[in-house]
Amino acid sequence: MTSAVSFQKVSRHFGSVRAVDAVDLDIEPGEFFAMLGPSGSGKTTCLRLIAGFEQPTAGSISIFGERAEGVPPYRRNVNTVFQDYALFPHLNVLDNVAYGLMVKGVGKPERQKAAEEALSLVRLPGYGARRPGQLSGGQRQRVALARALVNQPKVLLLDEPLGALDLKLRENMQDELKSLQKALGITFVFVTHDQGEALSMADRVAVFNDGKIMQIGTPEDIYQRPRTRFVADFVGSSNVLPPDFVQRYSGQHRWGSLRPESIRVGRGAKGDGVAARLVSTNYLGATTRLALDADGLRLHAIVPAGTAVPEEGEAVVLTFNREHLHLMDEPA
Amino acid sequence: MSLDAAMPRTTAPAILPGSGGLRGTLSDLFWRRPQLLLLLMLLPPVLWLGIVYIGSLFALLLQSFFSIDEFSGLINREFTLKTYGDLFQAANLDIILRTVTMAALVTVASAIIAFPIAYYAARYARGRWKALFYLGVMLPLWSSYLVKIYAWKLILAKEGILTWLLAKLHLLWLLDGWLSLPIVGGNSLSVSFTGTFIVFVYVWLPFMILPVQAALERVPGNLVEASSDLGASPGQTFRNVLFPLALPGIVAGSIFTFSLTLGDYIIPQIIGTSRLFIGQAVYSQQGTAGNIPLAAAFTVVPIVIMGFYLWGAKRMGAFDAL
Repeated sequence: MTSAVSFQKVSRHFGSVRAVDAVDLDIEPGEFFAMLGPSGSGKTTCLRLIAGFEQPTAGSISIFGERAEGVPPYRRNVNTVFQDYALFPHLNVLDNVAYGLMVKGVGKPERQKAAEEALSLVRLPGYGARRPGQLSGGQRQRVALARALVNQPKVLLLDEPLGALDLKLRENMQDELKSLQKALGITFVFVTHDQGEALSMADRVAVFNDGKIMQIGTPEDIYQRPRTRFVADFVGSSNVLPPDFVQRYSGQHRWGSLRPESIRVGRGAKGDGVAARLVSTNYLGATTRLALDADGLRLHAIVPAGTAVPEEGEAVVLTFNREHLHLMDEPA
Repeated sequence: MSLDAAMPRTTAPAILPGSGGLRGTLSDLFWRRPQLLLLLMLLPPVLWLGIVYIGSLFALLLQSFFSIDEFSGLINREFTLKTYGDLFQAANLDIILRTVTMAALVTVASAIIAFPIAYYAARYARGRWKALFYLGVMLPLWSSYLVKIYAWKLILAKEGILTWLLAKLHLLWLLDGWLSLPIVGGNSLSVSFTGTFIVFVYVWLPFMILPVQAALERVPGNLVEASSDLGASPGQTFRNVLFPLALPGIVAGSIFTFSLTLGDYIIPQIIGTSRLFIGQAVYSQQGTAGNIPLAAAFTVVPIVIMGFYLWGAKRMGAFDAL
């Protein structure tokens, strides 16, 4: 089966900056794919390469089997939901949504009907006559989504689409985007720096750093079995354990990772636990996050609400299940 | 180092005493009554604008409703519309039509030339290039208007550099062909309407470039990308996104180029034919001819035209994107 989007050794350099560096990538048709990484990691440049706003310095890109280098954005059946929505301020909502059909020469009654339907799809029926300036952030986000979807793109690109929304709205939109993607079956490629968002929405996640893909996998893969220190640290802020520490518990001299929720914090005899000192506690509602100092090694533990938490500065003993200790590929 | 050492705790009171004196009292007074400060700041310019500026314009307008006694040459201070009737004499109507046509052509040409320059400056020029752009656009405005016009007279003259250059390029036939045309032609460019047009465009161009550049500067770059992403070719993006969003700037610029051309009386006097423009008509009526009512009536023409122009621009939605 042909991939929806395929990168072969794609690089994009800006002067001496390697924004994207020899990236290989295959996105399956109908997949909800997330590109996750810190700012400047090359994820947005990858999205712009798919949209056609950037051209690769080297390598080749194909979209549903067709070569895309040198093809301008307006000849790609790919649409983008921009980070700050990029709605046309001089057009009303209906004309914004109908824009793509208008430039393709679809007649007025027909394109307005399609635009109305797209607005209903994003639950904004009857908003057509308003100006983008009269809408809230969440509503603009939906208009931007409708404006892209009305063209029935082969691939929908979303550039940090939820970044500007407040927490409550963001959670609602996450659910909506996911069910919309399931219903429409369009390939979604989603760029975000928020690991929670990537894990909760995507079928597969690519973790970017320094213009390279560190790891591609299902959210569970990425979260439970990070391959490198960077992935372990960036996705869910795992405890990264140095080889010497790991050797004592697994017998292998390799970097390891341990989820903060896998650590149990207790008092009393040392046994086979790790002696540590509680540095600080952060109350987070459902959980409490503890910062610990185990003989110079900084560790974090997350305990459920209601657990008795020792005083700050107190000596504690840390225990964990050996099989939760994950060994990484990263060379020691 | 302790925090106390870095930021020692002070024993300052929570509310500071007034600084005292006239300045302190005035500052506090203005803070409490901001309208008072606003009134003091606005009073001088409002008086200036209201009395000296609008007032004199109104006095002029009043003159246009008087008439001149053709035998004695004295002004008859009785209300009449006869002077306005004089405007519609064939010779005067010619002057108005000629000026409006020239102003319209100059405006359209300025807009066409200004747009790519403004677009480059707004979208691509950064740092040093942007400074160079401003310098390049403004520099001609810093030198004397008369010097520039006389310079153009030399450039456009029959023995001028333009003729010489075209002769070297073996393109003189092109110039001769153009000059042999009726209306726009003449003995040389410096005594033709074409020459007047070129100099008008040159002199007023900065007034078009700057507002268009300001309007384009406010168009976020991602709107152009969004348009392209939605399938619009560069031409469609220009028509549907860039042009409508730049329109307030183009209209602002055209208000300058159009009204400045309507009122100017020096350029057509130095470069062009002997046929008059509105500005020259006003100048000669109130000077040599001493017919101040007709001069005043002529002055009203550009005001009325600009009024209609702005009304039409507003109806066309030129200010919707503001």
